[in-house]
This record gives sequence, structure tokens and C-alpha cells, in this order.
Amino acid sequence: MTLAVLLIVLPLIGAVLCLGVSERAAKTVGLIASLVVLAAATLLAFEFPAWTTGTFWPNEEGWKLFTAFGVEFRLGTDAVGMLLIILTAVLIPCSMLVSFSAITQRQRGFYAQFLFMESAVMLAFLARDVILFYIGYEFTLVPLFLIVAIWGGQDRRPAAIKLWVYSFVGSVISLVGFIYLAAGHATDTGTPINFSVQTLVEYGQTLPASTQWWVFLAIMGGFAVKVPFVPVHSWLPLAHGEAPTAGSVVLAGVVIKIGQYGALRFAFPMAPEGALALAPFFAALALIGILGMSLVCWVQNDVKRLVAYSSIAHMGLALLAMFAFNVVGMEGGILYMVNHGLSTAGMFMCIGIMYERYHTKDMEVVGGLMQRMPVWSVFMVFFAMASLALPGLNGFVSEFLCLMGIYTADAGMKTGFPGILGPTYAFLAALALILGALYVLRMLQKFVFGPLREPSHGHGGHDSHSAHGHGNHAAHAIQDVNFREILAMAPLAIACIVIGVWPKPILNVIEPCAASAVAPYVKLIERDLANPPRATADESATKTTAAPAADKGAIQ
Amino acid sequence: MNTMTPAILAASTNLGPKFMLIAPEAVLFVGAVLCAVMGLSHARAFRAMVPWIAVVALIATFVTMLKVWTPEAATAAQLPMPMLGKYIIALLCVVGVGHVLASIGSVDRAVERQVASGTGAFDPVRVIQGEFYAFLLLSLCGGMLLCHATDLVWLFLAFELCSLPTYVLVAIGRGADRSMEAAIKYFFLGAMSTATLLLGFAFLYGATGTLELSAMRESFQMQAQTGGIGSVAIVGMLLAVIGICFKLAAVPMHFYAPDVYEGASSPVAAFISFVPKVQGFVTLIVLLGTVGWSANGDSSIPPVIAAVLWMIAVLTMTLGNIGALLQRSAKRMLAYSSIANSGYMLVGILAGPTVGIDATLLYLLTYGVANLATFGSLAAIERNGHEVDSIDDLAGLRVRAPMVAAALAIGALSLTGIPPLLGFWGKLDLFVASAESHQRTLLVIMALNSGVAAFYYLRLVAMPFVQEPTPRTQGVSPVPSVWPRLSALIFAAGCIALPFFANQLKGEAAAAARTDLDKQATVAQSVEK
Repeated sequence: MTLAVLLIVLPLIGAVLCLGVSERAAKTVGLIASLVVLAAATLLAFEFPAWTTGTFWPNEEGWKLFTAFGVEFRLGTDAVGMLLIILTAVLIPCSMLVSFSAITQRQRGFYAQFLFMESAVMLAFLARDVILFYIGYEFTLVPLFLIVAIWGGQDRRPAAIKLWVYSFVGSVISLVGFIYLAAGHATDTGTPINFSVQTLVEYGQTLPASTQWWVFLAIMGGFAVKVPFVPVHSWLPLAHGEAPTAGSVVLAGVVIKIGQYGALRFAFPMAPEGALALAPFFAALALIGILGMSLVCWVQNDVKRLVAYSSIAHMGLALLAMFAFNVVGMEGGILYMVNHGLSTAGMFMCIGIMYERYHTKDMEVVGGLMQRMPVWSVFMVFFAMASLALPGLNGFVSEFLCLMGIYTADAGMKTGFPGILGPTYAFLAALALILGALYVLRMLQKFVFGPLREPSHGHGGHDSHSAHGHGNHAAHAIQDVNFREILAMAPLAIACIVIGVWPKPILNVIEPCAASAVAPYVKLIERDLANPPRATADESATKTTAAPAADKGAIQ
Repeated sequence: MNTMTPAILAASTNLGPKFMLIAPEAVLFVGAVLCAVMGLSHARAFRAMVPWIAVVALIATFVTMLKVWTPEAATAAQLPMPMLGKYIIALLCVVGVGHVLASIGSVDRAVERQVASGTGAFDPVRVIQGEFYAFLLLSLCGGMLLCHATDLVWLFLAFELCSLPTYVLVAIGRGADRSMEAAIKYFFLGAMSTATLLLGFAFLYGATGTLELSAMRESFQMQAQTGGIGSVAIVGMLLAVIGICFKLAAVPMHFYAPDVYEGASSPVAAFISFVPKVQGFVTLIVLLGTVGWSANGDSSIPPVIAAVLWMIAVLTMTLGNIGALLQRSAKRMLAYSSIANSGYMLVGILAGPTVGIDATLLYLLTYGVANLATFGSLAAIERNGHEVDSIDDLAGLRVRAPMVAAALAIGALSLTGIPPLLGFWGKLDLFVASAESHQRTLLVIMALNSGVAAFYYLRLVAMPFVQEPTPRTQGVSPVPSVWPRLSALIFAAGCIALPFFANQLKGEAAAAARTDLDKQATVAQSVEK
């Protein structure tokens, strides 16, 4: 419990220290603070007893600060949350390292914002109370807004405002769903209001299907903005396009993961019937996202926006796999969160390092960088391949699991993986793999390989074809990645390889969580198979109360 | 001042329980008189003490309240809501101190400007305006006295005592023609709303034949059992509600707010965006208690009144937020924001006594603190000696006045409802109240509205911190007096620190929302038997 609290409090202390020290010392203080948090996260990971049990730990109530509002300060997380906590703890120092030379203005504020954000994200991943989660979830918005708005690119202001408004409205909609559930629980049982996740999950599953429909729509609708799903996605490419490198890294690697984590942790378990009923709708949105965004990527010349659009497509696939409601798909979706966090964060770092040298993200203007920055190119190609799901790298494992989950999730097929969706969805989603290969390879071909092209102004080399010979000035100005930058990217690259070649441990860890997330759905799907027309509200209520025994059998 | 407290206590013990309970207001009244008298002194040192007398008076009031306001005393005084006064007096004292600090120096500067520009003659007596603080305290005193009301006459007198000084405050706060215009507007519209309220009271008296709140409640209960509450009473109640809407700056009586706030000086705008709201909501709660709401929450207010309140709530929050979106002036924007916030608080009223009233009371506190941090920050800066008004003047404020910028941003974020700041807890409580009372549509409308609000409050965060200073903001600097800055900072710190005491605050609000009306009725009946 102490460690869990420390994970939240340490970054806060670090942030305040950052604001207090001199402008030059801020980066050191920030980095040290984030490393201390990483150490605390590592300690927590070693102490964590629930890696393979799928249960929550420490799951203890701390300060009784907000009990009058029905909010328990209860902290605890399961293996999935733990993985995301470690991911966050690793990404924050890495993203700080990569900004050392990029950020020259208002450094104190910059590093403090990252630590504020880290604290909020940790709270979101550790909370066992929906309001506590909401506090973390919503608070990430303030540092994120400031990071984009202050240290962002040319059009940073509209991007930051859009980010703020979309996310705020989205999270308030989720909050309405939570409050509706909690208030329903309070009036139905006559107890004081209680926002504990455990209580709300148990209560949500007993609700009639029509109510669950609304609850799921509200909660998932809010998270859909953060994931983001297609009609409400337009803030993300803008925000990524304008955010400083470190901001993009954290946004892609951590913040949008909270949306998916929220879906997994709250939306799915709290309203299973609603989720089943709305699954086709969300699956269709996910598919539109996957295909549409992949096509957008194909014609995108701004590298950063390309990666941003591709991450909408990727998150769509991860969510689609979760909506298959079988263990394999769920596992794939969860692993996808981690993998996407690693590879996309890596790509954003590479692009940021390039941007710092050339001040452009346009593939038409800059390209063939293999000749100028070979080490950088290795990293770029590596992370691109990881996100492309090259076998042997991490992306492959999760993408394969996702597609397998979606394909086999056909209730009528008796594949042993009950679920919904099925081969049609898998086929359409797999198209995205091909499209993904197309746009990633196009990007690599223009950007990394091919003839060297450099921006004419500032760095010499007017004639792009003969840039080798004449670009002496440029060759001096443009350095390959330095040790600090390698140090920032290396942890991510190593993790990509480890998960790629030896996914067994991480899958073992994820499986119990996936199984428990799917558990309520298995019996609902079986019930629907037994009597095809959707059961009425009364039946469902009796079924859910009588079912725990049958449900355990179904998992095994 | 502190030495006077025991004397008053000693004097009041022999009087009836009701007089015992108004000891805090008596202390405050003495403080107000002292302020007025000291302000007339020829010695500058005495005049400079006036704000501090006001602060000491407020503290003494608070201490007296803690001493005299026990549950037994309140029950003995047969108040409809025995602990409401404790909460409201504490709230008005604490936030009132902030308002006094925020206005230190503002009146003198206004006079100095007039003298410098030749529009006003130099008059040494007017350098510190004692009556400003006296009226401020009198208004607070009226707000406190509302909680003691057991009949309509008391309620109306206290209501007027709270209202009248605010008109004067608007007029003298800034010393400009605009503030005169604002004061005239505020006064005439205020008089009209008071007349409406009084007409409503007359109807209520006609419908029940009594001015006593508890007797009125019994009469209404009788009417409800035999064919429903009569239309005269309903019309009276609606007229009263419309009259109160002026104080809340709620639709349909909200039009004056932006003009008046803009015309008033910033500290006065802060004051009239908070104290009249407390006044309006206390009156509304006490009045609505007579037509419905028992301690168990089983009898609701008549559907017509509920429907009208519902519409007022929805229109108020929506029009307020949309209006705020369109403003370039920070004060006008905050005026519309205060309209919208009244709409939110009405949701608590609609949710009823068991879940809603305490939410409204808690929101009054969270709003009061955050509002003062925001308005106080505006009061703490000036541009070339003039009040800062346009949002553009706030660009790059972090360079010119970092602390004020921080206070402004924190206040605005708290008003937005960003967790874990204080404003979030107030909003959460209102959301929960509307959900628990099955007001689902209202819940959704309110959530969407707070999304709109998030957009315009953002300007108050982005302008000082994101924008770089522009040539326009060259002359922006903190005001000479340190106290407005300190007040804004203290209340901004409150937005961060008070959530740690959220349990206690909520507990106090819940205690304040408890009503004794039914208990009194049953006691009276058993005595008769």
C-alpha cells in the first residue's frame, strides 16, 4: 500500500521540486524524480503477488478523505494495470531524456507537467474506485493541454483546445454513466452512495438489459473519445501533430491507453448485456477506423500525423479484438495496449529526434536519411516494423492474437472460443494489415531509404540528388543520434524484442485477467445460443444471479 | 471587538432563545457601525484601520456563532432548519473576510484616479471609504439573518437588508460613470424583483392566512390532503420564486448581471456574484420548505413549481454558458458563468431535501471559494492604473504577476470542475443528487453544460500561462496593495486544500440541510393533545 501511494505522491513531489529549482537544473531534477518513480514501480512489481491470479492487490483502503461522497481511497491493481504502470514509469524518463535538447523554453514547467501527468496516470491505473479513477483520468488533461499549448508546434493552440474540449466532454459523459450506476445502486439497496468498482460491477450486471444498454453507451461513449473511435477521433492527429516529441510519446504511450483500460476495467464488466447489444455498433466503428485511418495514412506526408492516424487504426483493432469477447481476443487486445505503447512511442521519439535536426516533418521535404543518420534509421525501421507486426517483434504477437480472437469468436462455430464477431470481421480487420504494410513501407521508402533529400533552407544541399558531395555544411550540422537519445530509445527497443521472441511470460500474466474480463460474457453468449431471441429483462436478472457456478465451468 | 463579544453574550443570555441566536449578527452589526464611524475620522491611521475592523468583526462573528449556535439553542428557537444558520454564517464569515481583503485599496484608488483626472475634487475624508466596508458587512449581516426567519416578515426584512447595501456597493466601488449606470440598473431591477417577491408573499398570506412559516406549512399540508394546494398559493410561490431569481441571476431575471458586473469594480463584482446567491438560495430553500419537503422527503413540492424550477434551471445553465462563450470581457464572462452556476445549484433544489439541499449548500461553498479566487485575481491586477477587464489583458500574466496568474488559473480550473480541486466535489455532489432523485435529463443537460463551460474557463488558464505577453499587456501589474493578491492566493490554495476536508464540509452541509418543520409540527400536535 505504501508503495502504491508513493507511486502517486512521488511524482507530485518531483513536480513541485521541478517548479522550485532553477531553469537549468529542472531537467536533472525531473529525470531523477521520474527515475525514483521507476524504482518505486519496479519495487511494486517485485512485491506484486497477483501476477498470475488475476486478482487485485493491494486493494486496501487508505485515507478516508472522501467517504461522505461514497468515494473510497482504495488502491489496487491487477496484472494488466501493473504492466501499464511499468510502461508509464519507463516512458516518462525516456520521454524526458529525449527532450533535453529540444526544450529550451520554460523548462521548469515542462518537466513539472510530465510529473503531474505521471502522478495522475498512476492514480488512474491504481484506483479501485471509479471517482478516484476519474480524478486521475481527468487530471491528465491539464498537463497534457499545457504541454501541447505551450511547447507545441505552429498550430498548437487550436490543437490544444480541441484536445481539451473533446476529452473533457468525453470524460464527463463517462462520469454520468458512473454516477447513474452508483445512484441506482444507492436507491435500489437503500445504502449510502458508493463508487467502489467492485460494488458497481456487481450491481451493473444485475440490471435489466435495456438499462445496461444506456450505461454501456455512456461509459464506453466517453472512453471512445480517448481511445479514440472514429467519429470522435479528430482531436488526436491534431494533438499529435502539434505536441512536442515527449508529449506525443506520453499521449500515445500512456494517455490514450487509459481509454482502453477504462473500457476493459469499467465499461465491459459493468454492463455486459449492454456491451453485447452494442458490440456490432462499436465493432463497425472500429472497422471504419481501422480501414479509413489506414487509407488516410497512405496519403499522409506529415510523418507525425501519419503515425497518429496509424495509432487510431491500431487502437481500433485492439478494441475490436476486445469486443470479440473471448479470451484470446481479450488477451490480444490487452497485449496490444502495451505493444502499441512501446512501438508508437518509439516511432514518435525517432520522428522527434529527426524534427529537432531538420525542423520539418514533411516526407516530401526530407528523406533518404539512411545516408545521413544510419543509427537513427535502424531505430526508425525497427519501431516501424514492430508496429507493422513483423514476426519476431512484439506487434506480431498481439496482432496475431487479436485477429485470431476476432476470427474464432463466432458463437455458432463451436471453435472452443465462444464470442461474437467472427471471420467476416477478421477478414476486414486483416485488410488493415495489408494497408499497414503499404503505408509503413511507403513511409520508410521515402523517409529512410531512397535518395537523400534535405530541406534547402538552413542546412544546405540544394540539389537533393547530389547531396552527398555538396552537403558538407549539412553533414557537419546534422549529427546522428547521440548517446542520450539512444539511451532513451533503447529500453523500448529491448522490450519490443523481448515481448516479440518470448511472449510466454507476459501472456501468462495477461491470461487470468482476460479470462475474468470475459467471464460474464461467456454465460450471456451461451444463454443467447440456447434461446436465440434476446431474453427479456426479468430472465436476465434471474440468470445473472444464479450463474456464478456455471460461469466458472465455462472458463475451464 | 473581541472584548465586546462576552458582553453581548452576557446580555443575550437573559433574552429569549431567538435573541440568543442573533448574537453573531449583533456583533457584525456593531462592527458595521464601527466601520462607518471610523471611516469618518480625520486621522488617516483610523481610516486605514477600517478594513481590519471589518475583518476582526467577521472573525468575532464567526467565534460568537460557534459559541451560541448549538443544536439545543437552534431547536429552542424553533427555526425551520436549525443548523442552516451555522453553515451559512460560517460560510459568509470566511468568504466575507476574503471579499474584504480583496477590496482593500480599490475604493481609494478609484478616488485617487478621479482626483488625478480632475473629475472629482480632492476630499481627505473620502480617501478611505468607511461606508464601503460598513455596507459590505451589513449585506453579509442580512444574509445571515435570513437563516433565522420563522415568518415571512423576518424573511423579507433580512432579504432587504442583504440586498440594499449591494446597490450602494456597486455605486461607490469604482467611482466611474459606468458604475453609477450599473448601480441604477441594479437598483431599479432589484426594486422590481423585491416588489415581485413581496407580491408573492402577499398571495401566500392570502392563501394561508398566516405569516408564520410553520403554520403556513401546516395549512399547505391540510390543503394538499383536501384537494390540493390552491392556485392562489401556487401563483404566490411562483411570484416569490421569480423575485428570488433576480438575486440568483437566474432566467428570466438574469439580464442585468453582465452589465452590472462589468460596471462594478472587480471586488464588488466578486461580492455580488456570491452573497446574493447565498441570499437567494437560503430564501428559496426556506420558502419551498413550506409547500413541500418533509424531513423524510416523502412529500415533494407541487408539480407546477417543480416544472417551473426545472425550466429555470435548464435555461439558466444553458443560456449562461452560451453567453459566456461569446464574451471578450473577463468580467462579463464571469457574470455569465455565475448565471450558469446558479442553474447548477437549482438542480440541487429540484433534487429535494434528502439528497439535494446539502448538495446546493456545498456547491455554494465551492463556488464561493473558487469564484473569489478568480474574481479576486482580477481585482489584484491593474493595467495603467485601470481595472483589467478584457481577457486579452491577461495574456502572459505569469510573467507580470506569477502568483496572481496561478490563483486565477486554479480558480478557473476549480470552476470548471477539474478533479481533485474543490469545484469538482461540489459538482459531483450535484450530479449524484440529480441522479438519485431520478432527474436523468437534468443530469445529462448539466453534464453537457459543464463541457461547454470547460471551454470558456480554459481561456482564464490559457491566457496567463500559454500566451506570451503582448504589447497591450505592457502596463499590467499587480495593484499596489498586497491584500487583494493574498486573498486570491489564499482562496486558490483553498481550492486545493479544502478537498482534504471534503468529508467534514459535506457533513456540515448535510446537517445544515436537515429540517425540523415536521418535528415541530408533531411536537405541537402532541402538546395540543
